[in-house]
Amino acid sequence: MNVKVLCLLVLFPIAALAQGFAGLGTDADGFAVPQPEPEFNFPADHGPHPDYRIEWWYLTANLQAADGTAYGLQWTLFRSALAPGEGEGWTSPQVWFAHAAVTTPSHHFATERFARGGIGLAGVEHAPFRAWIDEWALEGPDFDTLSLRAQGADFAYDMNLQAQGPLVFHGQRGFSVKSAEGQASYYYSQPFYQIAGTLMLPDGPVDVSGSAWLDREWSSQPLSDTQSGWDWFSLSFEDGNKLMGFQLRQRDGSTYSASTWIGPDGTTTAYPDGAFVADPLTQSRVVGRDVPTTWRVQLADRGVDVEVDAVNPNAWMPLSIPYWEGPVTMSGSHEGVGYLEMTGYE
Amino acid sequence: MQLFAFLTGLALATALWSGVQAINAEARASYDAAAATLGEGQFDQIAPRVGDTIAQADYLSLRRQGWLVSPIIEGDLGGVRLLGFDPLSSPAGFGVGQVAGTGDLGAFLNPGQLFANAETAAQLVVSVPVVIDPTIAPGIAVGDIGVVQRLLGRSDISRLLVQSDQPMQRPELSDVAPHLRLQAAGQTADMGELTDSFHLNLTAFGLLSFAVGLFIVYSTIGLAFEQRRGMVRTLRALGVPLSRLISLMVAEVLLLAFVGASIGIVLGYAIAALLLPDVAMTLRGLYGAEVAGTLQFRFSWWGSGLAIAVIGAVAAAGIRLLQIARMPLLASARPRAWAMTSVRAQRVQAICAGILLGGACVLALAGQGLTAGFALLGCFLVGAALLLPLLVRPVLTLAERVAKGPVARWFWADTRQQLPGLSLALMALLLAISANIGVATMVSSFRLTFVAFLDQRLAPELYVEAADEAQAYAIEDGMMAQGVTVLPLLTVETEVADLPARLFGVRVGPTYRENWKFLDAVPDAWDQVNAGQAAVTNEQLARRANLWVGDDIDIAPGLSLPIAAIVADYGNPRGQVVVSEALFRDLHPDVTPRQFGLRTDDPVAARHVLTSDLGVDDGAITDQAALKAFSLQVFERTFTVTAALNVLTMAVAGFAMLMSLLTLADLRVPQLAPVWALGLTRRRIGRLELLRAVVFAVVVCLFALPVGLGLAWVLLAIINVEAFGWRLPMFLFPLDYARLGLYAMLAAVAAAVWPAVRLMRTPPSALLKVFAHER
Repeated sequence: MNVKVLCLLVLFPIAALAQGFAGLGTDADGFAVPQPEPEFNFPADHGPHPDYRIEWWYLTANLQAADGTAYGLQWTLFRSALAPGEGEGWTSPQVWFAHAAVTTPSHHFATERFARGGIGLAGVEHAPFRAWIDEWALEGPDFDTLSLRAQGADFAYDMNLQAQGPLVFHGQRGFSVKSAEGQASYYYSQPFYQIAGTLMLPDGPVDVSGSAWLDREWSSQPLSDTQSGWDWFSLSFEDGNKLMGFQLRQRDGSTYSASTWIGPDGTTTAYPDGAFVADPLTQSRVVGRDVPTTWRVQLADRGVDVEVDAVNPNAWMPLSIPYWEGPVTMSGSHEGVGYLEMTGYE
Repeated sequence: MQLFAFLTGLALATALWSGVQAINAEARASYDAAAATLGEGQFDQIAPRVGDTIAQADYLSLRRQGWLVSPIIEGDLGGVRLLGFDPLSSPAGFGVGQVAGTGDLGAFLNPGQLFANAETAAQLVVSVPVVIDPTIAPGIAVGDIGVVQRLLGRSDISRLLVQSDQPMQRPELSDVAPHLRLQAAGQTADMGELTDSFHLNLTAFGLLSFAVGLFIVYSTIGLAFEQRRGMVRTLRALGVPLSRLISLMVAEVLLLAFVGASIGIVLGYAIAALLLPDVAMTLRGLYGAEVAGTLQFRFSWWGSGLAIAVIGAVAAAGIRLLQIARMPLLASARPRAWAMTSVRAQRVQAICAGILLGGACVLALAGQGLTAGFALLGCFLVGAALLLPLLVRPVLTLAERVAKGPVARWFWADTRQQLPGLSLALMALLLAISANIGVATMVSSFRLTFVAFLDQRLAPELYVEAADEAQAYAIEDGMMAQGVTVLPLLTVETEVADLPARLFGVRVGPTYRENWKFLDAVPDAWDQVNAGQAAVTNEQLARRANLWVGDDIDIAPGLSLPIAAIVADYGNPRGQVVVSEALFRDLHPDVTPRQFGLRTDDPVAARHVLTSDLGVDDGAITDQAALKAFSLQVFERTFTVTAALNVLTMAVAGFAMLMSLLTLADLRVPQLAPVWALGLTRRRIGRLELLRAVVFAVVVCLFALPVGLGLAWVLLAIINVEAFGWRLPMFLFPLDYARLGLYAMLAAVAAAVWPAVRLMRTPPSALLKVFAHER
């Protein structure tokens, strides 16, 4: 037994979210529970909500080098509370961990960090905005102008982000329902970042630029017992429209889906269960398991019928909580790029 | 009788050997468990250059600049070593037994838990639940760093573990935290290394006992096969094939060896179980190493005991079997004594003794290290033992020449004739007596020196430990106002001359000038130290760094001072350097003294002022007498084990003598029959047998005295220097030696009584038969 196993056990709420362990993370245990009709308060709500069990600052970016090569980048800070509220020093029940990854068409680099809350090693402050763990940080004077850095043993990046549009709210004005039984989270995004900077890879530095998408979500009761995992898409079309859609896979083979159509000006349309349809087309053998890396995605109401292809099918995150996450390209009714996250294929 | 001798000899040999091995195995397992409890050894570590704590801010600063490190805090709570770690940042492969297995991180972090084995858990008085985990090393309790910090009342860190995978870009450690240093994995202080000398000591004793035991087995087997020559000849004449006879006898020896060794292992277990608490106490007192007080039946020691016993027995039997295999079918069954006295055997023995003693001389002059020291010890002892019969023979020959009267002359001649048969037993007795003399000399010399040392060093009447900085100032001011001389104890862990050492800052005054006795010093040593122009080092540091008075020693980066004096330090195995208080405060302004020695004529009054006026907890005050008593207790425990093994060795030697005499007694009937026939009564013969035992004991004792003193010299001047870093003055204790001689004689007489009585009771018919059989 080593401590990383221990960490996994600790982070069961997150693991439950990612992989749908039955019976875990579904009761609130004194944690606050998301309520419909939320009233957000910015910039304070960019900061942490320690009374909720889990929370994340989840950034993905589709990047391009001068030679046209496509790259993907991920930076995620997770907060997982062992108990609601904050505590002094080491007694803080807040546990922080973070994932960073860079995907190239031929390689996938990923790493993670863990830290205790309360002693200053990790946390989020809303004004000026600063989300950090160790030397990794997403920070800037406000939520619209940010710098980003992270590194692992074989990669690093240093990027600058500038928001070109407003925040968008998913579900019912930010109250995002995750199952027919009513499990929900607070969920908003900033999908309009322009991003540019340098990737440090084993072959040397690469200057890149592109677009980035930041998700903010917090909850205390994320998954239903009957759900085994999810497939999440963030798609940016060439016409300026964007689509966020996810489906939660039920153990009986059915799915629960939700999606948000985002206009170029940030106006949103939320679609209920069933409107967004994602069907796996081909499976790739990734680290000993079959993972669907080509999808047919449809949103009939907007005439979307596209084939989504992974830039690198081997974008497996071999971390304490393993999952697939990587950049994708689209063809069909619409052209564009995006990011795909798939959990529960363990 | 032979069966009994064989089994008992082997059992005793195996018992002492496996007992010692069991103790060593248990201690090693405890060290390993301590190291494995956190598995720290496999990671690089970051430690302070000076002192033994790291600020938590340093940890945060390192992490924020890309250093993937994980904090460890270590401290003592009521005699239990508390280890705190952070389960989230600790590297993979950092095993904490059941700590990880339970998986309840919430409970582990807050309100917190400690994990310890049952023995340690019983000692812990803490406000958090203690979970019993048998895999955790004795004397250690493990918990979350936050919990352990809280329990210890600290907010700092002891050291940092460095993860094996580090990020792409990070600054040099010297840029982030120049006051910290990186230690490569496996280079951290290893308890096994520190205590090696102690275990080697025990092993040497075990080996000595085993050698004595094997002497018994060898002589028993020799006699047994000697007596069987006739039977073997008869059986072979009757047509039994030689190969069959040999294989049967091999099977017999193996079976007996197995039985004997098994009995020995059980006895060894008993010895080890009896001695282990003392050993554990010694190791804790001397080195701070924790050893479990209970014994486990480990294969490593009982397996090795069994193997070595069987191999020893087979080797002893092999020589005899070879002789039987080569024996011509019709050879006469010659009496053993003739074969033994062959000039050739004597010459071989003399050459062996010469080589061994020569080797001992070479090792004494040129040997380096503890192993060489023990090799010297082995060569010297075995060489001296081999020499014994060669030296005793001329003495007996001389006595025979000088003797008047036929009975006296016969007595000496017969004694000389018995020498070959008894020589192995005598050698065993010699080894046992020498070891006793040597160890007694060492222990008593050590004791005299140590007590004198304690008197010098523990001059202050009271010792006080302040709870915090404010109280420390209050104690210093308050006591000085009372006219009490206050001696602050300023100390940090540091590196001196590239060796780990403890640096002390002292307030030079009459206490130091009058009480510290130097081994070597310049005339105005304390004046130079007081002026900050020189340092005093302890003997072990000086020897290790190969420095002496007048040489310069590196105290701190850029500061090198001449050594003004070398002080004897028998309290610990580590290096120490003493400088003036002023210089120490310049070097380490952040270190404030928490412990004080108080010189006062009225300790009771001073104690009262401390507790009632200054609010010092009574438990934080130690008086001189209690400290001395504790130090002496540690000392006594250290040598309890040695003394116990000594007594056991003596017992084995006495038993060897008894067995040899008993087995010889049967063979001697033909030799005694003519003397009886000439008119000497059986009673008289019996008395002469007893007298002979006394003669042998006296001769052996006389020979053992120089051998024992030589052994003591090797222990004090070579082994101690290598093992602990100090050389002890040697004192002589003639009364002790006389008493030992008396014991040896009593042992010899006790061993001879039974054979003598048997001889007295030999029926005249048996003696007559000798003539009837026409020998």
